[in-house]
Amino acid sequence: MQKKQITKPAPKAKPTKTAAKPAKPETKIDELQSTRERKTVLMQGNEAVAYGALDAGCNFFAGYPITPSTEIAEILAAELPKRGGVFVQMEDEIASICAITGASLAGAKALTATSGPGFSLMQEGIGFAKITETPCVVVNVQRVGPSTGMPTSCAQGEIQQSRWGSHGDSPAIVLYPDSVKECYELTIRAVNLSEKYRTCVILLLDEVLGHMREAVRLPDLANVRVISRIKPTVPPHWYKHYDENQKYLSPLASYGEGYRFHVTGLTHDQLGFPTNKAVEAADMMDRLRKKIVYNIRDLVQIESYEMEDARIAIFAAGITARAAKAAVAMARQEGIKVGLLRPLTIWPFPDDAVRKMLRDVDIVVVPELNQGQLVREIQRLVKDRSDSKLIKIQRVNGKLISPADILRKMKEGI
Amino acid sequence: MANVPQKIIHEYLRHDKKFPHVWCAGCSNGIVLGTIIRALASMDIDRDDIVMVSGIGCSSRMPVYVDFNTLHTLHGRSIAYATGIKLHKPHLKVIVVTGDGDCTAIGGNHLIHAARRNIDLTVILVNNNIYGMTGGQCSPTTPHEAIATTAPYGNIEPDFNICELALGAGASYVARTTAYHTQETQNIVKEAIEHPGFALIEVVSACPVIYGRLNKKGGAPEMMKEMRDNSIPLAAAEKLPPEKVEGKIIRGVLRKDLRPEYTAQYADLVKRVQAMGGDK
Repeated sequence: MQKKQITKPAPKAKPTKTAAKPAKPETKIDELQSTRERKTVLMQGNEAVAYGALDAGCNFFAGYPITPSTEIAEILAAELPKRGGVFVQMEDEIASICAITGASLAGAKALTATSGPGFSLMQEGIGFAKITETPCVVVNVQRVGPSTGMPTSCAQGEIQQSRWGSHGDSPAIVLYPDSVKECYELTIRAVNLSEKYRTCVILLLDEVLGHMREAVRLPDLANVRVISRIKPTVPPHWYKHYDENQKYLSPLASYGEGYRFHVTGLTHDQLGFPTNKAVEAADMMDRLRKKIVYNIRDLVQIESYEMEDARIAIFAAGITARAAKAAVAMARQEGIKVGLLRPLTIWPFPDDAVRKMLRDVDIVVVPELNQGQLVREIQRLVKDRSDSKLIKIQRVNGKLISPADILRKMKEGI
Repeated sequence: MANVPQKIIHEYLRHDKKFPHVWCAGCSNGIVLGTIIRALASMDIDRDDIVMVSGIGCSSRMPVYVDFNTLHTLHGRSIAYATGIKLHKPHLKVIVVTGDGDCTAIGGNHLIHAARRNIDLTVILVNNNIYGMTGGQCSPTTPHEAIATTAPYGNIEPDFNICELALGAGASYVARTTAYHTQETQNIVKEAIEHPGFALIEVVSACPVIYGRLNKKGGAPEMMKEMRDNSIPLAAAEKLPPEKVEGKIIRGVLRKDLRPEYTAQYADLVKRVQAMGGDK
């Protein structure tokens, strides 16, 4: 089963050194963060991302201004220097993804934030971080596209791009929050997963979520679970930058630590040197894929809401899932048995949970702010269950899908 | 090159890893790499603290052969990756090896902004006037009327003066040399690495197999002779009337200024902010 409580850490994962101990502040960062007031405050999604990044130990941000993500950069420009971290405004989004990847190779926990046009520019760099297995996080606060689109309006148009945007085969880890609190939690999780899986993790936000304010009480730092990359313990001449092991999660040295390794965007062997040998190329590609599929239970998180007796299921993510949740309550009042299945991890796609949902219900409703990106995945899995009816609700005019919209369409389809 | 015995160079190469190298016979890249290694060997730097970063192209293949921390990045982006490394670990010596297409076409934006910031990177730009790796296409430094596979009737575009570009963008150290003048190149590379700020060295080089063949320049020796005969030191050029300097490669250090370096300024900012107790 892939159901997981979203507020608890995944049970299988091991705690790390920096985890749950209410230790004495050792560094300037710890001191600052432990003295920060943890009372309930009104906070934007973008603010929550910035504070989530800081609490996850991010100490490097490179970015370029773009609506509707700019607040993340603005907050980190003020906060990172206080903690001795680096904030740099680069000349464009391409430079931003490159700078965070370089910083990460030097040992930083690095993050950037952008929106559609910048996310498109970053795709080559995202592919580089993936093939070189360099931890970093890209936050994409989605706005209406294509191109410049509607910069201040909401859309969910990068669900497929976040999976397939960079050329070549490269599996993705993409997280998708639906509330301001979850923006904070999933930013920490994104940083943690990037460190653990040595890859570029993408956090998708909806424009409305980035700018919406909600009352949030951030947890005490002692309760924030932070994962950092595993460091090699072998002598330098034994070090393999891409070491083999069962779960494909191998130690990572940083520049300046005596390991003197090579990193290239070319297809490479385990040491990191370029190769044209078919067997080594196949090994590398396999490693990138298996790193995700062998750890799918650790990666996939879904929320299952009122699904126990549901005959109708709504499958939605992000801000649209918020509307769907309200629609579930409205429908239940009318005696319609509806539930909601919401992926917090959108890639890798929660295939098993969706297959179970398709087995259990008669109708699946898929509302989304695009022309059918999420529903493609449902259709991919529905092929052996032709008796499940699929109701699509799609909108790309900058307006949200309301609970009433979902309820009406659902009733029409019954 | 006489002051560092040849054996030293071998100590800096990854002999057992990726040789033979990819460069054609007569290519200047090996000569330039030799001068970089000799310069570094003559300095007292722990090689664990040296990072060599490159983009895409013939010269950008250098890092794989040397025993430093090495990073072979995307086309044009080496300076952006290097900026991230340097900002996170300012004590590292970050050397960028790049080419004319990599650094002034696709990567031109990163070059000018790194120069403007005056971040302490040493950019060694091997200028062979052509895209060699992809087989001889026109680059921003392919001379006017020269032949390239994408300019079969002659290049109608004017070419970049790379050093002028770097000077205009605010680089605090700018020098030009050639692959023929190895001792001079070695000295300049050493000085540039020691320079606290953004340094750009244009090394005029020979690509006999592609550029030379397309433009009937003869073989590698002829192209080396051209570098010798068609270049003049800056000090001599300053004494000559402009018509005698026209078309010549002017070698030497064109600028060596001390102005605030970016990572040092960032460290100062952090100190200032922390002294304020984190209040703006």
